[in-house]
Amino acid sequence: MATGSLFKDEATEEKGERARMASFIGAMAIADLVKTTLGPKGMDKILQSTGRGHSVTVTNDGATILKSLHIDNPAAKVLVDISKVQDDEVGDGTTSVVVLAGELLREAEKLVNVKIHPMTIISGYRMAAECARNALLEKVVDNKLDAEKFKDDLMKIAMTTLSSKILSQDKEHFAKLAVDAVMRLKGSTNLESIQIIKKPGGSLTDSFLDEGFILDKKIGVGQPKRIENAKILVANTAMDTDKVKIYGARVRVDSMAKVAEIEVAEKEKMREKVQKIINHGINCFVNRQLIYNFPEELFADAGVLAIEHADFDGIERLGLVTGGEIASTFDNPESVKLGHCKLIEEIMIGEDKLIHFSGVAMGQACTIVLRGASPHMLDEAERSLHDALCVLSQTVNDSRVLFGGGWPEMVMAKAVDELARKTPGKRSHAIEAFSRALIAIPTTIADNAGLDSAELIAQLRAEHHKEGSTAGIDVISGSVGDMSELGISEAFKVKQAVLLSATEAAEMILRVDEIITCAPRRREDRM
Amino acid sequence: MALAFDEFGRQFIIIREQDQKSRLRGLDAQKSNISAGKAVARILRTSLGPKGMDKILQSPDGEVTITNDGATILEQMDVDNQIAKLMVELSRSQDYEIGDGTTGVVVMAGALLEQAEKLLERGIHPIRVAEGYELASRIAFEHLEHIAHKYEFGETNVESLIQTCMTTLSSKIVNRCKRSMAEIAVKAVLAVADLERKDVNLDLIKVEGKVGGKLEDTELIYGIMVDKDMSHPQMPKQIEDAKIAILTCPFEPPKPKTKHKVDIDSVEKFQTLRQQEQKYFDDMVQKCKDVGATLVICQWGFDDEANHLLMHRNLPAVRWVGGVELELIAIATGGRIVPRFQELTPEKLGKAGLVREKAFGTTKDRMIYIEHCANSRAVTIFIRGGNKMMIEETKRSLHDALCVARNLIRNNSIVYGGGSAEISCSLAVEAAADKYPGVEQYAIRAFADALDAIPMALAENSGLQPIETLSAVKAQQIKENNPCCGIDCNDVGTNDMREQNVFETLIGKQQQILLSTQVVKMILKIDDVISPSEY
Repeated sequence: MATGSLFKDEATEEKGERARMASFIGAMAIADLVKTTLGPKGMDKILQSTGRGHSVTVTNDGATILKSLHIDNPAAKVLVDISKVQDDEVGDGTTSVVVLAGELLREAEKLVNVKIHPMTIISGYRMAAECARNALLEKVVDNKLDAEKFKDDLMKIAMTTLSSKILSQDKEHFAKLAVDAVMRLKGSTNLESIQIIKKPGGSLTDSFLDEGFILDKKIGVGQPKRIENAKILVANTAMDTDKVKIYGARVRVDSMAKVAEIEVAEKEKMREKVQKIINHGINCFVNRQLIYNFPEELFADAGVLAIEHADFDGIERLGLVTGGEIASTFDNPESVKLGHCKLIEEIMIGEDKLIHFSGVAMGQACTIVLRGASPHMLDEAERSLHDALCVLSQTVNDSRVLFGGGWPEMVMAKAVDELARKTPGKRSHAIEAFSRALIAIPTTIADNAGLDSAELIAQLRAEHHKEGSTAGIDVISGSVGDMSELGISEAFKVKQAVLLSATEAAEMILRVDEIITCAPRRREDRM
Repeated sequence: MALAFDEFGRQFIIIREQDQKSRLRGLDAQKSNISAGKAVARILRTSLGPKGMDKILQSPDGEVTITNDGATILEQMDVDNQIAKLMVELSRSQDYEIGDGTTGVVVMAGALLEQAEKLLERGIHPIRVAEGYELASRIAFEHLEHIAHKYEFGETNVESLIQTCMTTLSSKIVNRCKRSMAEIAVKAVLAVADLERKDVNLDLIKVEGKVGGKLEDTELIYGIMVDKDMSHPQMPKQIEDAKIAILTCPFEPPKPKTKHKVDIDSVEKFQTLRQQEQKYFDDMVQKCKDVGATLVICQWGFDDEANHLLMHRNLPAVRWVGGVELELIAIATGGRIVPRFQELTPEKLGKAGLVREKAFGTTKDRMIYIEHCANSRAVTIFIRGGNKMMIEETKRSLHDALCVARNLIRNNSIVYGGGSAEISCSLAVEAAADKYPGVEQYAIRAFADALDAIPMALAENSGLQPIETLSAVKAQQIKENNPCCGIDCNDVGTNDMREQNVFETLIGKQQQILLSTQVVKMILKIDDVISPSEY
């Protein structure tokens, strides 16, 4: 019978088993893709963009890898999305969350194949996730009250996070950098006040934390190169000709002489403005927008250091650091808050000249200067450091800490296993599967390190059968080790986020029984 | 066929380019339409009920939506078939009217079409079938009223509202925390409801989502939340007892609508123009300050200069706030939206107990909370969740729950869910059928059979034996004369929906039956489909 198709020509519809298969396979493929980057011995990926220049990124960061992929499979997109959210929320654990979701789906597929309804699996997973979270909550260590120990914890967390990245060689150095930077924030999670400047050249160990503020700009010609006890005006104003903002205004002249007159008036106006700015009693002027030659010259004459075209973040940060306000009008010099710093000087890092503000009023902000052999290296170092900073700043707020090295997974798996034994009905299969998925994470870490995972995990499990065990995988020596001695820690917040969003994503994909793909929008051929 | 002859015997063509069009007539046309309608219903059938599954929909641009909501599935499906489009419309109108039951209405229409096909094959005229359906729907409609219960609730006794919302939410992905979601929905609706007029303006409830955190963190804010930040990074992040000036005019010199030109031809003019300009800015800020505002919310942007002046005068401001949000803020704070600076007066300012900026996660996402407003008639539901799709789906689910709560406030009659109402109607229609002489009797019986489709789908999706379960429940209803027996989807152990606390709104159910009957009647009346052929 001529029914005609329900959908447009290129639309596809997949139902029931096939839809489930497609989504499972897509999700697992993504999980397998990033799986090898997990753990301290995880490998990196090279990503080449399709855009002009085929720029290359080398990375170990799950979120970065997934962000750059072009994915067609809808279920895979869900995983990419959770990894992105994990990055935004806690900054680290972007790989783990995808791997865990992938493992949950892998286990679910087996259950579906033995004819257990997806809804039953979901309710089992939910119970398991809740139980796993409680198990973690019981085991957390909170050293908030003991400043010394807390700093120690932060240091351990930073080292653990960095150990899987390119910075692992110098992780102690960088962990110290990161902890120092975050401690300066005094509890705020605003990472904007930590500036990271990348300068190729030198080696990673040459990277340093600067207590002041470094602006990647040059000082105007003929202006002082060094100012002590600087008074800084941070501004966002046009330093070319001021635009006339009254609508419909236009300049109409009838002779060359008039043009010259207007030009003079314009210059006069600019001179006035500069004079007003100088009247603030400053000796350093930083503007977000361009400063033209003429005003620059005027500033130079007045002995004021003028810095043009600082980017918006730089301005905000500078305002924050020096305690000045960002000004756009200059009529009331007495009420504008100026920024202060002890010393402004030009410094050289490698071949580049930078402006260094030291002895600033506000102690919150700081700058980390990264040095490294190549831009790729620096990019990756920045990402790694960013991860560490994110985790640390989150930990400062939520100071609960867990051991690392597969320890939390084993603790959760143990609790979940016990729950499975107590639960009647088909759900217990799903709960058991959940614990298997959890164990997959230490397994992957061991596998990536080239260790005998089956042997290690079995040992680890036996170890965890004892009450209060702190055993985890020691990748360096390739055996089961005591995590508290090795000093491997992770933030509770990261683990919790991994657990919850992985379960949520798996649940979402499990509930699907039909995929309808609309016909792709036709691009009009532009000839 | 499309040839006709005029009075002189000359032929002329009624439908041009005959061979380029495909045409279906008579029974073929009806059958083709019916099968298209059925195909749509079949897609939705599996997402019915608490154990229903979700669909992944990929839009032409590759965006992924995961949902369980019938109206959304159909809308995103981008169907090509005309009849299928009718079904999409059907679910949409249910969505507009009631907000919930969008899946059920399509499944019901599909079942009616399926039954109609059998009758057509027996040679019953489509119009007679349509008329029979009409009669039957009226019987079902009245029967529903008969078995409905009035549910009393007050400002303090909201348990029944929460239970009904929970029934709606139980089929969605949020059913993990349906209790708290239902409570949020009910509280939100009650906060904005006009209980005397029995009306709720759902526009006053703003649903805002932000990825991150977990579903349990979803909260109800008695106030407004704006996804914006303070215009100047150094403005205070928290203002207590704020007086808010709500402006729709930009902080810029005026732009008259009529075209004009200001000619500058001398140095003096140039300078006066400049002074004028500065004065404008100063005046504007001064006016806001004069009336005592401590926060400016502006629909437009403002210039760097104005921004600094505001900052300078210690007057925090928020720019680029959307029109809808602006209205909500005005309602919540009891302020007036002011289109011109000249019209600013102290009594037009809105008042809020606390305005604060809050940052989320590691990226610099910030939102502004306006709380403890003078008039808490506008509320915001703030959803958190693991990923974007989750939040979108939660938004849709909450919308359904809000609609249900609103419907209950409008009309507090409920029927029991779990397919019990349909089964009861089916029995009533079946019994009434025998009283009608004529061919319609068959159609009425078919209607009764179609009503069984919903409990049947429920049972099937829950992994029960559909026919066995349905017949058992039917027998029980007749034996105990209890219209509350339904399908026990969650394996609780009882199939009395009163004990399970599964309720649905009466108007929702009635609307389902009416709408689906109407669409089916319309489809049955079509006997000729002419469509332009492909190229």
